[in-house]
Amino acid sequence: MTDETPEEFEDDEYVGVVKKFMFINRKAPYGSIYGHEMQETILISTAFEQDVSVVFMDDGVFLLKKGHDTATINMKNVSPAYRAFKGYDIEKLYVERESLDARGLSPNDLLVPVEVLSATELGDLMEQQDIIISA
Amino acid sequence: MILHTVNKSPYERINLDSCLRVARIGCGILLLEDGVIAALATGAAAQALSVALSDKSVYVLGPDLDARGLRECDLVIGIKIVDYDGFVDLVAGYDTVQAWL
Repeated sequence: MTDETPEEFEDDEYVGVVKKFMFINRKAPYGSIYGHEMQETILISTAFEQDVSVVFMDDGVFLLKKGHDTATINMKNVSPAYRAFKGYDIEKLYVERESLDARGLSPNDLLVPVEVLSATELGDLMEQQDIIISA
Repeated sequence: MILHTVNKSPYERINLDSCLRVARIGCGILLLEDGVIAALATGAAAQALSVALSDKSVYVLGPDLDARGLRECDLVIGIKIVDYDGFVDLVAGYDTVQAWL
């Protein structure tokens, strides 16, 4: 063993394998820990410089609803972290249109800009992924 | 193609609906645990699975059927029963797995 870092692993030169990761959020906030855990997973994944897409569908669309005020339930407000995604270069955010429609929500109700996809378009995007992590 | 897995009953959760909405032609759908309840030919979910079977493969995990007293003759026609080895083969055979938990 030596203390020297092999040349090919120097920070700026090493280019690892980049895979397409999709994270799918399907559960509402605060009733369970899934949304929050997924958020942590997504933020950690940025350290590995992968091609990350984040999807919100079913009750997961409520994670992005504007105006969360969690003071009276003594829980941490999860929504500011989604605003921070842009700073971590997580810019591919998708919301399924059918899920919004079923809940009477529109993109104006969401706190960050997203691309709204139909179920079919979302299915096509899913088929392009190397790895899908869903909760 | 994706192998979609569904482990919740369609009479308790919307997971199967969401899966069928997003699943594309040619993909696989594996029903396991309480998800096997969807495969019953006499159930309300049978219609949606019959439609899915026209352009997708639907599998059900045999041990989970057995455990619930369900038999092959109770299932929507066209659904294939797999054992644990078959489950592994499916996961290895498709490109990606999406678990509708």
